[in-house]
Amino acid sequence: MSPADPKMLHATLDDPLTRPFWDGCARGELLVQRFTASGNVVWPPRPMDPVSRTLEHEWVPATGEATIWSFVVAHPPLLPAYAEFAPYPVVVVELTDHPAVRMVGNIVAAPDAAIDSVDPATITIGEPVRVVFAEQDGITVPRWVRS
Amino acid sequence: MSGSVRVVFKDRVAVVGVGQTELGKGLPDSELLLALRAIRAALDDCGIDPSEVDGLSSYTMEPDREVEVARNLGLGDITFFSQVGYGGGGGCATVLHAAMAVATGQCNVAVAWRSRKRADKATRVWAQTPEILDDYLQWTRPPGLLRPVDEIAMLMRRHMHRYGTTREQLAEVALAFRAHAQGNPGAAMHGRPLTLDAYLNARWISEPLCLFDNCLESDGAAAVVLVSAERARDLPQPPVLVHAGAQGLPRQHNVMAAYFSDDPTSDGPSSAAAPLLWARADVAPADVKVAQLYDAFSPLVLFSLEGYGFCGRGEAGAFVEGGTLGPGGRLPTNTAGGSMSEAYLHGFNLITEGVRQVRGTAVGQVPDADVCLVTSGECVPTSALLLRSDS
Repeated sequence: MSPADPKMLHATLDDPLTRPFWDGCARGELLVQRFTASGNVVWPPRPMDPVSRTLEHEWVPATGEATIWSFVVAHPPLLPAYAEFAPYPVVVVELTDHPAVRMVGNIVAAPDAAIDSVDPATITIGEPVRVVFAEQDGITVPRWVRS
Repeated sequence: MSGSVRVVFKDRVAVVGVGQTELGKGLPDSELLLALRAIRAALDDCGIDPSEVDGLSSYTMEPDREVEVARNLGLGDITFFSQVGYGGGGGCATVLHAAMAVATGQCNVAVAWRSRKRADKATRVWAQTPEILDDYLQWTRPPGLLRPVDEIAMLMRRHMHRYGTTREQLAEVALAFRAHAQGNPGAAMHGRPLTLDAYLNARWISEPLCLFDNCLESDGAAAVVLVSAERARDLPQPPVLVHAGAQGLPRQHNVMAAYFSDDPTSDGPSSAAAPLLWARADVAPADVKVAQLYDAFSPLVLFSLEGYGFCGRGEAGAFVEGGTLGPGGRLPTNTAGGSMSEAYLHGFNLITEGVRQVRGTAVGQVPDADVCLVTSGECVPTSALLLRSDS
């Protein structure tokens, strides 16, 4: 995963709603959005709480412990920046302390390792992982390593 | 069950004309011209003059706007026009909206259609993804979940884990539709039968899905014409009644990467559409003689079989074993070859094939096919239709 490659995809940092999530990643914290009135934790982030229909929310730290909910192994054809790592796995993880939160991400051998650094044949649904962070093109993203 | 609910349009509107262009790769016509050809053929099929058309129903992804279609075909004043979103989820809804408009008097002759030129690899939507994402895709695409097939493969892997569904069971879907295509000379995969061995040895696209779990990329167009059932009985073709229809956008849905709801392997879009569909109908899943189930990817067929109640949750793998969906099977499905072996028109060729089956004029005709279920895409806001013969 070359940071210099301009063709990797990234989330915007320009959305005031989601910026706290990315600022948390930059500090090494995995944050989830919790609405104040209901205590409801949602994913993905959004402006309104579907439970209380109110807007006030805060970003609270998660432990970063999770389990693998499902995974795929992507083979070509792919976007050029990703094709050079194919086949590579992509996982959905379920946060241990917030089971309603399932995040799409990469399982890697080390925080800065390539997206193909874990042999897909060894991945199993239900195995525990924990969050790590790595910078890509100026944005720090959560990734997952075996715990 | 219809006594407990107010049913406005049941059997009151009929599909009376169907039209379809050549389906294939590298067709010379523009999408607009393909649309015009398909609609003209559908109107010729029912003997209605284009100047009588006053209702138009299409997909939001349809590039050719109603104005272009209307002024080229010389349509009359249009009093109802509607577009349905979410790509392959909207096909049946275009017909449903047209039927509702005819039933409520907003128009008298409605046309629904889909035209699509997507055989060229350069037209792949996922390959045009912008590098900086500011919409819902920002939570799924950056780690490399780039294509629709990746999004569906994730849910299929979970289905396999939870219910024990196997690749051999998934292969039943691809093999059944390929077998149907052998009877349809217009199908892209006519003359190219598929074996289980070839399926199991095919190259991966996104594990656990292989090449043959994917639909084709095709050029072509298809259209249908709807009028009141009363008028339909005076037209040349046997009326195909719109018995029931429903849309479904389930709670806490996320388009395609549908992993964020409470229970993604059981609360998908069909779970929102099916209760209304069956509550409005005089028939049940056991009465369905032939089905056209949206098949951009083979897992979607399993999800629809469960969602529309042909089997219990998690049982679709076992349900399709032994050629259930194939020629002569218990539930012949995608009888012209479907999106995986005939052509991929965002599911609209499933609608035209459903009409032909109920008329009794399909090339792979199922005996006594008086009730047909047609579905649109799972994992996106969806829709479904029950078509029934007028007897």
